[in-house]
This record gives sequence, structure tokens and C-alpha cells, in this order.
Amino acid sequence: MTDAIATRPPKRLLRDRLPVVHQLRQSVGLQRGMLVAGLILTGLFIFTAIFAPLLAPYGFNQLRDIDGPFGSQQPPSSAHPFGTTVGGYDVLSRTIWGTQTALLVIIAAVVLSIFAGVFLGLVSGYFGGWLDRVLVVICDAIYAFPSLLLAIVMAIVISGGQSSLWGGVLAAAISISVVYIPQYFRVIRAETVRIKAEAYVESAKVLGASNSRIMVRHVLRNATRTLPLIFTLNSSEAILTLAGLGFLGFGIEPTAAAEWGYDLNKALADVSSGIWWTALYPGLAIVLTVLGITLVGESLNDLADPRLRGRRRVAKASGAVAETSVVPGGTLIAGPGGLDGLEDGESFEEHGIEVKS
Amino acid sequence: MTSTTTVSETPGAKPAAPRAAKTPGGGLGRYILIRALLIIPTVFILVTLVFVLMRTTGDPITAALGGRLTADQLQERIAAAGYDRPLIVQYLEYLGQIATGNFGTTISDNRPVVEVLVTYGGATLELAFYSLIVAFLIGIPFGLVAAYFRDKGQDAVLRVFAILCYATPVFFAGMILKLIFSVWLKVLPVAGRASTGAELQMQFLPNPTGLYTIDAIRTGNPAVLADVLAHAVLPSIALGLLTAGVFLRLVRTNVIGTLSTDYVDAARSRGVGEYRLVRTHAYRPALIPIITVIGLQIALLLGGAVLTETTFEWKGLGFMLAEYLQARDFVAVQGIVALLAVIVALTNFVVDILAALIDPRVRY
Repeated sequence: MTDAIATRPPKRLLRDRLPVVHQLRQSVGLQRGMLVAGLILTGLFIFTAIFAPLLAPYGFNQLRDIDGPFGSQQPPSSAHPFGTTVGGYDVLSRTIWGTQTALLVIIAAVVLSIFAGVFLGLVSGYFGGWLDRVLVVICDAIYAFPSLLLAIVMAIVISGGQSSLWGGVLAAAISISVVYIPQYFRVIRAETVRIKAEAYVESAKVLGASNSRIMVRHVLRNATRTLPLIFTLNSSEAILTLAGLGFLGFGIEPTAAAEWGYDLNKALADVSSGIWWTALYPGLAIVLTVLGITLVGESLNDLADPRLRGRRRVAKASGAVAETSVVPGGTLIAGPGGLDGLEDGESFEEHGIEVKS
Repeated sequence: MTSTTTVSETPGAKPAAPRAAKTPGGGLGRYILIRALLIIPTVFILVTLVFVLMRTTGDPITAALGGRLTADQLQERIAAAGYDRPLIVQYLEYLGQIATGNFGTTISDNRPVVEVLVTYGGATLELAFYSLIVAFLIGIPFGLVAAYFRDKGQDAVLRVFAILCYATPVFFAGMILKLIFSVWLKVLPVAGRASTGAELQMQFLPNPTGLYTIDAIRTGNPAVLADVLAHAVLPSIALGLLTAGVFLRLVRTNVIGTLSTDYVDAARSRGVGEYRLVRTHAYRPALIPIITVIGLQIALLLGGAVLTETTFEWKGLGFMLAEYLQARDFVAVQGIVALLAVIVALTNFVVDILAALIDPRVRY
């Protein structure tokens, strides 16, 4: 992607420049199948979220209609195709409305963590110095910690545990984004450190460009190529974290919004008595949504890595293949070892770059 | 901005001089020492973070007992516990306590957090151990198969399986397993660590370890052991599948790398069988990065354990954490989370040392 400047044709077609469309055209065979399947599932999820008010037969907190109350734990019937919950809600409606909550939380969480993570990573990588070292150590510490526990702590801090729709969505989003800021931070910082050494940054500096101009125009523009991948991988983690929080009782109140994790928490007791419909559908909704987003993310990840792009010859040429760099957990060498360099007075840069031997 | 000065500094640090100087010296002993020292800032940061976050919201007494006491009584309790002093004083005191191994006392049932750990830690350890076994048994062989049949049908199926493992929340997997094997087929117990009869037998042991498998063996009664193991099957599978997906992908990517090396080609041309080729030539070198990643999996496992234990009423640390969360006992939550931070830091340390022992390149 970086040599696009050197070989830039007069005008690249729009369809080649759009992130996902480009990869779709680039992919072949099995990889294309996975990407398409992921895109369909994700599209379905977004579609359901947007049109939830039209698709859902009842409201998410509706307990009765003109025929009277729905009743508790009713098995699937024509009036309630997925049955009703122990609290007397319609399972189908709550599953559909749940997509909306999930989408809102993903958007809020990812936007928050992208902004904070990208900003911190850019500043830290570009200026270096003590700020960089402190931020790296903090992010490494957070990164190594179980994300769900951190999200729980954050949820307590923000909402004290119980919340309304917007309060709940925001609390969940902030809790989740605190967990994922280190990931964006690491990737952007590593890229920034690499790009900073490029000749064109040097020349911009010589020309007298200001720091902020260099950071935005020269570094950030080139450092964002991996963002779509982290974006997808984090959205799926955000859904799982939200569901985990809901399952532990830190979800959004059922009267404020529908949330799958909360519904599964309430369904836990049902399962022991053989009531399957209250657990199955919200659970499946989580699985399919995460599956769809992850399939997209995985395909983008593989397509971005020439060693995994599906041609065996390429893999052969590049020698030992470690884990792909962007997937969480692939940044071990850059992990807590970052401080090691400090002790030796070594330049800090190379620990951030995710080179694996 | 004062940043212009710092900019000129950093590129200057780049020359290879310090790098070259340390190559002869850096032995394993020094590496272990540095890694051991690194535990301190990690734990310190996490403990500080948790303290600051939890205390900025207010004092734990109001959170736990808010509705149940009058304002005066609350004030009295807060003063008695010292929560009305400046935050910095409380923080320093807290750090001092942690340094001496005191993680506080729970509000709801008035027990030292360390005692909670000792009582329930064994259960979590057992669960983590069994689920790691499940993860290895599923992840490694299937990862090898997927790598060998790269981009073929088998690979596609296994990769989707790996993603499904990751995409399924542990509690949902647990509920489905429960539904099928405990409720419909009635072959495995629904919840708990052992049936009441077995638990009674184990209670009469002199100093029980808390690890039910070991205690069950010590009773010398095969029925007790069978009971304990039967209770462990479903939780271990639910939690193990989560990690199995990660292992599968990891083994696959790494073995794909080693399968395309020259020495594998050389071995193949010498007539080494395909099975042996994958099993020995490609798999062994691919193990190194896998061992390092297991360290990071501990964090995932602990997070998953909270959910799994809640699903199966497996009375471990995670289950207790969820209980204290329900009771809004934030002293207990803070204590357990801080303790888990120590455990995570220690495990990462051990794994780093293991990786350095296996692969000298890690010890830069």
C-alpha cells in the first residue's frame, strides 16, 4: 500500500479504494467464501438493528397485548414463535431489539477506543521520551489483565451496576473501550515509530512542517492501514464483553432496552428445568453476530498479510511464519519486554514494532 | 508545546552501540532477574488503577449497605473503616497492606480476602487445569490437520469451528451442554463440583487440599473420584473450547510456516512419511510461540472462569467474585481483582522464563 504513491495510476477507481470492496475483489476461493459469508451475516445484523421497530412483533419491554398478558415461560407458539421468558417478555422481540443495543454499544465503544487509542499511540510513538515509556508500561499491564474483570470494574465505576438505556449503553461502551485502548495504542504506536524513520517525514521536518501537520498528514494517514482489521476484531470482542457484563448482572435493565447477556442470565435457571427457548435464541444471536464480524475480520487480516494470502509460493518465500501481527495475542515480543530495553539504555522503538522471529 | 526538544532526542538513541554491548553479557540469570523485577510495576499499575477507579465512585460502605442503614449509622461505619480520610492516605495504607499480603476484609460476610482465595482458589485452579487439557486435546491435533490440508475443505471446516469456539460465549456453550447432557440425556450432573455424598466423604479427610480430584483420590473410594470427574466434564469443555479455538488457529498458522521450510522439503525428499513429517519436523519447532501464548491465555481463562463458574455453580474464585458483585461488596471485588492481577503477573513471569529456556533467541 505504501508504494501506491510511487506507482500511482492517473486515477484509482472508487471500488479499488473502498476498504472492504477492494479486499473482496482481491480474494479468491475459500477466502472469498469466508469473507462473503461474514459480510452477509454482518449485513443481516445491521439490517435487523436498523429495522428492529418494524421487524419485532412486540416491544422489548411489552408484557401484554389486547388479549391480555403474554404469560411466563410459554413454549413457542404462533403468537410467540420463540416463546416467552420467565419475566413474561416475548423472546423473538427481545432477540431482535437486542441487535440494536449491541450495534449502539459497538459503535460507541469502537469510536471511543479508536479516538483515544489512536491519539495516544500517535503522540506516544511520535514524541517518544518518558511519556512513551510510561504509556507503554501502563498499556502492557492493562493488556495482560483479564478484559472482562477490567470491564466489570469500569461498569461499577460508571453506573454503579444498574442503568437506563443510554446510561447503560454508554457505561458498557466506556467499560469496553478502556479495555481495548491498549490494542489500538500498540498498533498505532508501532506504525508511528516505523513511519517516523521514513525519509519523507525527515524531509517534511526539514521543510519546516509543524509537528501536528507531520503527525496528521504524514504519519497518521500511513499508520491507519491496519485499523479496519482491529476494528472488526474489537467489535466482536465488544459484543462478547457486553454479553458477559449482562450475564453477570451489569447489563441494561430489561425495561430500558433488550440485551442478550441479561436475557441469558435470566435463562440460566430455565435450562435446568428443560426450558430451552429462552436461552437458545439470544445465545444464537450472539454467536451469529460475532461469527459474522469475526469472519470479515479474519479475512481482512489474512488478505493484508501476504504470507497468508492463499498462495503457497508466497508463504514459502517469506520463511518462518509467526502468528499474524494484528490478531490480539500476536504481539508477545513487544509485550512486557518493553521495559527490558529501558534497563539497557537501548532505544525503545523496536519493542513496539511487532516483529516476531 | 514543549515537544520539539524531545523529538530530537529520540532518533539519537537509535545507534547500535548499546545493542552490540549487551550481546555477550545477557545471560539467562540476568534475564530472569529483569523479568522478576518487571512484575512489580505491572502489579503496581493494576492495583493503583483498580483502587483509583473503585474509590472515585464513593466509599464501599455506602455501596454495600446504602439502603439498609440510616445516614448516621452509615457515617459511623464509614468513619470506623477509615473511608472518610483523604484518598491519598487511604491509598498509601492500601499499598502497605498489599505489600504485606493483606488484601482487605469483605464487607458482606466479614472474611479476609486472602482466606477467600485460599478456600476457593483450588476450585478455579482445577477448572483451569482441566480446561487447558481439553484445549490441548482439541486445539493441537485439529490445528495440525488444518495446517496440513491448508485451503482445502478440512481446513475450511476447522477454521470455522475455531471461530465458532471463539464466537460462542462460555456461558451460552455451558447452558447448551447442560441442556443436552444433563437435562435431556441425563448422563452428567447439572451443576456443582461434587454431589453432597461425595463432598461429605471428602470433608472427613485430614487437611483437605481443596482440589477435589486429589481429595477424591485420597478417600480411596473410586465412586467419589468418578463423581468429582463427572462434575468437571461439562465446565471444562465449556471453558476449554474457548481456548481450543485460539490454540487451533495458532498451531495452524505456525505449522503452515514450518511446513514450507527447506528442512521439511529435504526430509520429504529423503522419503520421510507424511505423518512423521507433520508430527515431528513441522510441529516441534512450531511449539515455541504456542508456549508463549499460553501465558496470555491465562488472562482469558480467568475471565472465562468467572462466567463458567457462575453458569455451573462451580464454587471457585470467579463464582465468589460474581456473588460479591451481586452483593455490591466492592472491597471484596477490589481484593479479588488485585489478587488476580498478582496471579496473572506471576504466570506471565513463569511462562516467559519457560520460553527463554526453550528458545535462546528470546533472551536478548
